[in-house]
Parts: sequence; C-alpha cells; structure tokens
Amino acid sequence: MHAVDGIDFEVDRGEIVGIVGESGSGKTMTALSLLRLIPEPGKITSGRILYGDKDVAQMTDDEIREFRGNDVAMIFQDPMTSLNPVLRVGFQVEEAMAAHRRFTSQQARDRVVPLLQRVRIPAAKDRVRDFPHQFSGGMRQRAMIAMGVSNEPSLLIADEPTTALDVTVQASIIELLRDLSRELRAAVILITHNMALVASLCNRVIVMYAGRIVEEGPTRAIFKNPQHPYTWSLLRSMPRADEVEKERLISIKGMPPDLARMPPGCKFHPRCRFRIDRCLTEEPPLAEVGPGQIARCWVLMKNVENPEAEALK
Amino acid sequence: MSAEPAEPAVTPTHDPTLKKPLVRIEKLVKHFPAGLGLFGRAVVHAVDGVDLAIAPGETLGLVGESGCGKSTLGRVIVRLLPATSGHVFFKDVDLTAVRGEKLRRTRQQIQMIFQDPYASLNPRMTVGDIVAEPLRNFGVARGRKASQRVQEVMRVVGLNPNFVNRYPHEFSGGQRQRIGIARSLVLNPTFIVADEPVSALDVSIQAQIVNLMEDLQSKFDLTFLFIAHDLSVVRHISDRIAVMYLGKIVEIGPSHAIRDKPLHPYTKVLESSVPVPDPDLEAARKPILLKGEIPSPVNPPSACRFHTRCPIAQPICSEVEPPLEMKENGRFAACHFPGQL
Repeated sequence: MHAVDGIDFEVDRGEIVGIVGESGSGKTMTALSLLRLIPEPGKITSGRILYGDKDVAQMTDDEIREFRGNDVAMIFQDPMTSLNPVLRVGFQVEEAMAAHRRFTSQQARDRVVPLLQRVRIPAAKDRVRDFPHQFSGGMRQRAMIAMGVSNEPSLLIADEPTTALDVTVQASIIELLRDLSRELRAAVILITHNMALVASLCNRVIVMYAGRIVEEGPTRAIFKNPQHPYTWSLLRSMPRADEVEKERLISIKGMPPDLARMPPGCKFHPRCRFRIDRCLTEEPPLAEVGPGQIARCWVLMKNVENPEAEALK
Repeated sequence: MSAEPAEPAVTPTHDPTLKKPLVRIEKLVKHFPAGLGLFGRAVVHAVDGVDLAIAPGETLGLVGESGCGKSTLGRVIVRLLPATSGHVFFKDVDLTAVRGEKLRRTRQQIQMIFQDPYASLNPRMTVGDIVAEPLRNFGVARGRKASQRVQEVMRVVGLNPNFVNRYPHEFSGGQRQRIGIARSLVLNPTFIVADEPVSALDVSIQAQIVNLMEDLQSKFDLTFLFIAHDLSVVRHISDRIAVMYLGKIVEIGPSHAIRDKPLHPYTKVLESSVPVPDPDLEAARKPILLKGEIPSPVNPPSACRFHTRCPIAQPICSEVEPPLEMKENGRFAACHFPGQL
C-alpha cells in the first residue's frame, strides 16, 4: 500500500505551509516521514527529504537524533497524552533541552521559566512546579510548544495543534503559533483538516487526497480560485461565515478510497461531479494552473460552467 | 436612572416573537455530586437555572465550550437524566413529573441523535435490529410491519435497505451517523435532540449529514435542538441560537443577528475566536482573547458567572446577577452592559 505517493514540496524559513486533507489522506504520514518516524512496518521506499542540503532519508541514526532534537520540533494534537503525568512540567521542559546537549544543565534550568513565559503561561514561576494534570488543555498545549521551541528549531511541524481545544483556547494558540513563527523565523508545516485554520495562518496550502497532492498554491489563490474539483467542493461543503440566507451546502458524495483498493485513473474520479472519460483511466499529473499554483486534474474548475448548479443537481 | 415605572422583564419562555412553544424549559437545574468538598458534599452545577423555549418546526442551536453543560441540558430534556429541579414541558406535559403510560406516549415523540456514531451503536446488533429497537421498546410494531418500517426509514436517510443484516463495523462514520438518524426517526417523532451530530465526521461528510437533517426537517416537520461547539455549522443549520456558559444561558437570538451584533460579551468573544475559511475575512478578524481559565462548575463565580473573565466587567457584575431578559425584539441576554463590548 502507498499511504503517500510521490509528494514534492518545499518550505522556506519564515513561511507557514498548510497540509490539508481528510482522515486517511496521508497528511500525517507525510509529516512523520519528514522526521523518519513512520511506524513499522512502513518505510520510505523512494524519494529524498532535503533539510538544507542534507538528505534526511540517508542520515545515520546519530545524525537523525541530532536533527530531530535540534533542528525540528513537532507539536501533536493531544497534549494530554504527550506529557508524562508523574513529572513536573518544568522538569519535562528542562529535560527536552538537556537531552540534546545544546545547553548546559544550568542554562537549561535557567531557560525554563522564560520559555513558559514566552508561550504565555501565566504565573510561570509558580506553575513550573505543577504536574500536567494541574494544567488545563490549552496550558498543556502551551507547555508542549515550549518544549518544541526550547532548542530554537528552524522547522516546526504542528499536527492538528488546536483540534482538541475549545474555540477560545484555540484562538490563543493560533496567535501564539503565528508570533512564534515570526520570532523564530522558522519554517512551519501545519497539518490540519480545518480549512479555516489554514486561511488564518498559512502562506501556502497543499491539498492532499488519497496520498497525493491534488492542488498546491498561495493561500489566497487556493481559496478564491481553486482549480481541483476536490478543493473546490471541500470549500463549498462548509457554511460561509458571511452567509445571509441559508445556502445549500455542497456535499461530496461517497467517501475517500481504501488505500488497498485504489481506483484507476484519477483517485478522486468516483466522487467527482465534473469528471470526463479520461479521468477513469489516466491519472493526471500536477500541472501549473496559475502563478505558483498547481493542480492534478484533466478538467480544472475554470473550464466548468456554472459549477454550483451542476453540483446541486 | 430612568424615572418611568419599569415594565416587567420578558423571559425566554414568554418570547412574543415566537409561536406557542413545543418545548418549554423553566428554571431547570441539574447538579451532580462531586465527592466530598471542604464543607461537606461538593456539587457540580452543570445546569443551573435554564429558561428556554423551542418553537415547533424550528432548529434551536445550543453552543458553548466543553463543560458548559450543553450536553447535560440535552440529556435532561429527553429525560436520559433526571432533573434536580425545574420543569421541561413538552406540549404542556411536564416531563419531569409525568409517569407511566403518559410518559411513554410523550417520550415516544422525543428522540436523540448522538455525537459518536462508533460508540452509540451496539456492535453486536445488526443495523435492522438497531433501527427497529425503538419500535419494540415502545410496542409500536413487530415482525413484518416493523421490518417494513425499518426499510422505509433506511431509504429516507439514504441507506440501502438491503443492508439490514449488516453490522455497524461494516459502515463508515457518515453511514453510521445515518443509522443513528434512522433509529431516531423510526417512531415518527416531532422533536429531536442532536448532540454534536457532525463533530466526529470528516468535513466532506459533515455536509452530507447537515443537508440530510435539513431535508428531514422539512419533510417530517421536525423540531431540532442542535447541540454543538462549532459555531459555523450551528449558525448554518439553526434559526435561533442559545449560548451557554458555566451552566447558564447567557444569550438567545436569531442566528445571523447573533453573529452580526452579539449582545453578551461572551458571545462576542466566541464569535471573534472562530477562524473562517476565507483569507480576506480572516485578515480582518480580530480575536478577543480571554484571560484565565474557565472557572470550575463546582464553585462558580458569584452573580454574573462571566465576570471573572469579562473584558468589560464592572463592580456590579460580581454583586448582582443579570437576569436573562429580552433586550430587543426576540433577543435575550443576561448582561448588565449588553452590546457594549
């Protein structure tokens, strides 16, 4: 099975790139493969992952350890299961720094409180001695982010960082991520199913479907002028924020394909309302559809007349 | 202070803009014991004095963050949980007091759809048995008649009626939610409480279920209480929205009016916090960030429960509890300074 098949993309320093897709689209696998953390028996069968000019796929065990700890930080969805419940939060942040020997143990200890302050944990001086259960969900996510940024990484991978949180808490974590990406000048990869989060944070968007990139481009172009029918339908399956009268949502019929039984041709064709005969047999390549925008489609939405009417039939 | 004699305040159960309510909730309270506190037994004030009316044929959205009591309120309304005090009237029958045959007949018209289509369907029962169970429980139909009715509702919710002998694990999340909806429809109810019915589903599937619920509502004249934390979906599906904070309803109003001009500061904060899938609107959105954490429902703040985090709180807010009353036509808020944030 190919969970992720032929993915190419780049992320620059200071840039936030969103990878969006539904469950099973391969977005998390893509991120894990960047760190070579794919669960057994999965493996990277081909391709290169270049960090600067080093190939992550070819690194030795020592090099990859160094890379994961010092250059990259990963923030996961569930801050409850990512922290050790029997160790004090401050100690865990300190340990994250000590493990990679970028700082002496004294330096690491001194940096804990400023780090917690930096991620805006109130009364950080007192809270360093708290255990994770004394922290709320939002605070735990902040502590995880503090750990992530403690070694001043140049690449930050956030996998659904706000999904488990309440909206008001979500808002503050979004602000924090935005500020940190600026302060650290890090490259940020945001993995999410939430298009609104992408619109809020990202400079560029990669849309994944069935293990492939189906569309990629600058955020504004993707939202205002999506060319792949999947991107287009996904955006119209959500209620508009400025909706005045109830508008019918456009739903995508069926469900994503089983990785073990992929359809021939374009992987989206069984669910696509705009398909042509060619889509059934031949998989389209990613082709340029606008400035910096590419899409994997034989049809493209700009060639469809009145797609809303067609989709609501 | 104004010199005119004060008119009696209008409460949500006497909303003049509403048809005669199908469901009327008065001073509803639900407390849970929470073990021993400092001074005897501690109590979780999950729902703490709720007044609410739901008009026939409407969808009322109930929003709030986790722990605000919205799911508990839904469960007390359908009598999955007994009320601590207060009343739930369904067509003038007090559900908190009625017993026996009358309760059965009334309860039959009220159904529930649950959030998690994985946990709410018995994995050892076939789809046909799951959907038919309410028919048997209420002694409405059995045998051939029951299976005819099951196939009918399966078709209505977009499931292949030939799948009656399959088990829930053979279905995707979206299809399972359809099974849950079929079960809720089989008794021909008038009122359905849907507790986060789409939150567990992928975006492309959410739209299928939202559209289905809208179709069913117009086809069968259903009244919905739609409980969710996702404001954008709630706003889309609901005619009116009630916002809950720490066991109390702080605002009620038409869903678009609430978005365009929130009266309660907490509603304003919620509205400003939700990212929207439009980069231009996003660039203009200014989230209002709240200080502190949501207080514990074991020991909620005095007077207005939001005063500890409210950006515009004044001394009066911690001394006098603002009642939930009509501030404008059809719009209710529990705030001393409505519309001022």
